Amino acid sequence: MNWTAVATIYRAEMARFWRTFMQSFISPVLSTSLYFVVFGSAIGSRIQEVDGVEYGAFIVPGLIMLSVITQSISNASFGIYFPKFIGNIYEILSAPINFLEVVAGFVGAAATKSLFIGVVILATASLFVDLTIQHPIAMVAFLVLTCLSFSLMGFIIGIWAGNFEQLQLVPLLVVTPLVFLGGSFYSISMLPPVWQAVTLFNPVVYLVSGFRWAFFGQADVPVLLSLCAIAAFTLACMGVIWWIFKTGWRIRA
Amino acid sequence: MTAILSIRDLRKIYDGGFEALKGVSLDIEEGEILALLGPNGAGKTTLISTICGITTASSGSVSVGGFDNVAEFRAARSLIGLVPQEITLEPFAKVHDTVSFSRGLFGKPADPARIEEVLRKLTLWEKRDAKIMELSGGMKRRVLIAKALAHDPRILFLDEPTAGVDVELRKDMWEIVAELKASGVTIILTTHYIEEAEAIADRVGVITGGELLLVEPKEQLMARMGQKQLEVQLTAAVSEIPTELGQYNLQLVNGGGTLLYTYDTRAERTGITHLLNDVAQAGLVLADVQTRESSLEDIFVGLVSQGTNSEGSVSGDAA
Repeated sequence: MNWTAVATIYRAEMARFWRTFMQSFISPVLSTSLYFVVFGSAIGSRIQEVDGVEYGAFIVPGLIMLSVITQSISNASFGIYFPKFIGNIYEILSAPINFLEVVAGFVGAAATKSLFIGVVILATASLFVDLTIQHPIAMVAFLVLTCLSFSLMGFIIGIWAGNFEQLQLVPLLVVTPLVFLGGSFYSISMLPPVWQAVTLFNPVVYLVSGFRWAFFGQADVPVLLSLCAIAAFTLACMGVIWWIFKTGWRIRA
Repeated sequence: MTAILSIRDLRKIYDGGFEALKGVSLDIEEGEILALLGPNGAGKTTLISTICGITTASSGSVSVGGFDNVAEFRAARSLIGLVPQEITLEPFAKVHDTVSFSRGLFGKPADPARIEEVLRKLTLWEKRDAKIMELSGGMKRRVLIAKALAHDPRILFLDEPTAGVDVELRKDMWEIVAELKASGVTIILTTHYIEEAEAIADRVGVITGGELLLVEPKEQLMARMGQKQLEVQLTAAVSEIPTELGQYNLQLVNGGGTLLYTYDTRAERTGITHLLNDVAQAGLVLADVQTRESSLEDIFVGLVSQGTNSEGSVSGDAA
């Protein structure tokens, strides 16, 4: 591994994050606060506990997942699309580095950024509701794996995208519905049986469920299944990226 | 001399079926400046991109410093610096940062002293903290060169370094190239400006339609194919060429004030002595005499117009 090159890409990507640090920091704090004002106080006070957890606290894992997933995708897709758009991707392609090193740099930085935002949201949420994390190690593991796997997916979207509209297309049309319908704000046990079955085809269900288990010790689907699902998703994304670099699809003529 | 870059039968057919390179073979010696001359769409950029790994070859091989550019891509690419044709720089990045980035990307440890040296060489040191978007077009090109040099390559590719650059800046660029050569860097530049090749290259390759028509030392090319013209200016204009001078195929120009004699520099006898004697015999009085060498441009236009149908072309006539 050419670690100097990996660190160079990582640092350059993180530099963009630090340049806009206040935006990166304020926007998740603000949006989380708004969610708590609306769901926690205004509506949440009228909703009964879910699985024995106060509704305000119940939505925290889903809220973190929502932001972390969208941030991972947008950070990673923009990170690799931008050099493609400007044209300085020539430098990456002509450097003595392989695809793993390119991915480690770009995806590592994108995942770090969304991890940071996840932690900020968690900290903000703890100001509004009482949170006890029952399985902290599992919580960290789920959070890190989610950041990584969706950053990998974002990387693929960034390579696929031919323009800025396409860059927004997948997050908007696919990811946001999947996250909202993935039990972020409700337990899927609240759904009619038919929809419960349908929901099980949504990969985000497994993430949110596993993540919520780490907080409250309760899950919609078995935790091991959640872990397997996210591992499979990560591997699938890695496989696609390996294929992209092998064939040069959309990056190398 | 050993070849630092060896290209063998390189072909590139794009997905759409367009054959951009039709079996190019070429050896480049360490320390030389090779100018690849060709019209737009000749395959110059494809050739460079394929060597550098930006484009995948359809067949053929490239060896850089003895390393295969696919199987041993790390060692091969480490030796190469690439200055692209288009200005492709992140507008918000600072000069120093983007040049340091290039060094790191090639796996070289940070070396502020070396970066300073490169920036000073390209007169960018004063601008090191400026953002790319604040620089002039010429400065941006210098940044591209600095980025390519940041990892101390032994071979530098300059893809049309002076396209769309004003005359003064072009001369500047030539000086930079001369300095780089002096420091031992092998330089391959593409251009469609003949005067550029004529001014700085050691060897000239002519490429068109994806084929290398020839590669020759510049002087040899010009001597081999060059023609010279002798201008004989007369004190008094004449209305027609005197019949005694019929054998010389003269042209009468400048309103009858100048006789133009075209001769071959390769011929054993140029015929100049006889011509001048016969001019005096014909009763004409000389005001002045001068010669003009045909430029690389004349040669180039001749070659390209002959086109790719010259089967006996010297493609691959290297080193």
